[in-house]
Amino acid sequence: MRAVIAEDLALLRDGLTRLLQAYDIEVVAAVDDAAALGEALRTYEPDIAVVDVRMPPTFTDEGLRAAITARAERPGLPVLVLSQYVEQLYARELLLSGDGAVGYLLKDRVADVSTFVEAVRTVAAGGTVLDPEVVATLIARASTDSPVSRLTGREREVLGLMAEGRSNAAIARALFVTEKAISKHTSNIFMKLDLDPDDDSANRRVMAVIAYLQS
Amino acid sequence: MTPTPGLTSSPPDESVLQGLRRRGALTGIALAYVLLTVPAVVLMALLTASLGVAVVGVGLVLLLVLVPVTQQYANLFRGLSGRVLGRMIDKPYRPRRRGGPFALLAGWAEDPARWRDLLWLYVVVLFRWALAWIALLLALAVIYYAVFPYLFAVTPKGTFDTDYGVIRVDTQAESFLHWAWLLVALALWWWLEPLLVKWCAQIDAALLSPSRGALERRVAEVSQSRAETIDHSAAELRRIERDLHDGAQARLVALGMNLGLAEELLAKDPDAAAQLLAEARTVTTSALGDLRSVVRGIHPPVLADRGLAGAVQALALDMSLPVAVTIVLAGRPPAPVESAAYFATSELLANIGKHSGARRASIDVSHDGRVLRIVVADDGSGGASVDRGSGLAGVARRLAAFDGTMDLVSPDGGPTVVTLEVPCVLSSPKISPSSGTA
Repeated sequence: MRAVIAEDLALLRDGLTRLLQAYDIEVVAAVDDAAALGEALRTYEPDIAVVDVRMPPTFTDEGLRAAITARAERPGLPVLVLSQYVEQLYARELLLSGDGAVGYLLKDRVADVSTFVEAVRTVAAGGTVLDPEVVATLIARASTDSPVSRLTGREREVLGLMAEGRSNAAIARALFVTEKAISKHTSNIFMKLDLDPDDDSANRRVMAVIAYLQS
Repeated sequence: MTPTPGLTSSPPDESVLQGLRRRGALTGIALAYVLLTVPAVVLMALLTASLGVAVVGVGLVLLLVLVPVTQQYANLFRGLSGRVLGRMIDKPYRPRRRGGPFALLAGWAEDPARWRDLLWLYVVVLFRWALAWIALLLALAVIYYAVFPYLFAVTPKGTFDTDYGVIRVDTQAESFLHWAWLLVALALWWWLEPLLVKWCAQIDAALLSPSRGALERRVAEVSQSRAETIDHSAAELRRIERDLHDGAQARLVALGMNLGLAEELLAKDPDAAAQLLAEARTVTTSALGDLRSVVRGIHPPVLADRGLAGAVQALALDMSLPVAVTIVLAGRPPAPVESAAYFATSELLANIGKHSGARRASIDVSHDGRVLRIVVADDGSGGASVDRGSGLAGVARRLAAFDGTMDLVSPDGGPTVVTLEVPCVLSSPKISPSSGTA
């Protein structure tokens, strides 16, 4: 797998590079501003771009903007956005920028190396990974007045982990139950939310859930 | 204040010709005062009558027209008399109150400047008009006596005969004796014209500029809001210091200890070292969480990234109830205003989340060229009050530092509508309209 990294802090840039390389992900370019990112994406056509939100010259949200622009140029380009803080607004903009293959995580999550690398792989494979903080708010705000309120506590937990982009096996591991139990939960969730229970692709199901939560 | 000298004061090195020209201009102004007072008579009569019949409603309708007309009329004289005196006459009116015609009328009734306008009309009609007439008649007298011999010549014999008792002026030759009066009139005009016109202008300046009381009140307000702002900032700094000291700083110390211990144990007991390293990682996560919340309290990153429009949308998205957001801003307010407006809005939304029991809410952000206006409404149970120790008083204080106001309408049973207004100008003509339900 080939990756492009965009991060303006040299320390973090090198750390990320080393981390991905340790997991056999080839880092073809590591750049430090949004303009260089666009160019690197065009030159190398990587399998994934790992992008910091805040970058020079204005140090606001040009990383995010560059990612969205890149996805407009090359639809479906997998982009994992990292940020010092997560914002619903940005999560929504990323999700609206195309069908899946996006991730939005707090920089803190990088410290949990194996989960982070799993997230990189999920996004590169076309999946969607949202930070637990974003998911928690989405579910909390949907709970007052929507079909999500029909879900049981356990089902909501599963829905949350699903929105984080995890597979049934990973959810089963996280909740210490069997994978069979999880697939039962997911079909219940799909039924209660009036979604097609046969469509089980990681990306579709997350997108469907998110779209539903946002309506 | 403008540095240009007024027309009524004579420059030290003024020549006779310049003096004549200046007095000529003053005479023109006296004429203007005389003529322009005619509408004042009409306005005074109509205003007095409207106030008299205000109780029956017709008067109120008339007042809606007459009060702004009076303001415009008074502004005309603020300009004219200001020019005469060589200084600006400031407009003392309070900002227009929002709402229907009754709110407008009530706002006017509470504004002393409006009543002083009315008083000024009376003074203008009853007194200043007479002064202006005298100033004008002095000039007319000069002209009259200057052309007297000519008048004597062209009118039928006897029309301009004058009997002074001792002397009787009844021939053309004798008519030139009246040029003695011309000297007197000229002297009076030369001496009195500047004074009379100046008095007229001073009457306007005295009644039309902000009263001393109003100025003193304003200074008191400003000092108080400054003191509150300083208190508030100091308290904020103490809070930030405490948060950093007890939170992130303490965690980083623990982290250092954990890592040091893990280093020691690495050879002897790798399992224990791994355990400590795992702990260390969780500590970094919570330290980052602490730092994040401190940063949000100082200046929310989304506000820095996207300005007020994006930040308000982000606030709405974080709410657990649907919030309709409409933002029409042709630029960004100054950073301190933006920040104050953001925190005020954030506080109002937090109140809605905690206390209102609302099912939906709305935020409207607009700027009419002078005032940034944010209207936050919800369909909750109402009964919110500034006095009840809620964050609302804090919001009002925060805005007061920028001459901003908070208007709260929250009857028991709801709905609650809070209107925040902060006078400011927008920078960078970047159009960012956006709307939608979050």
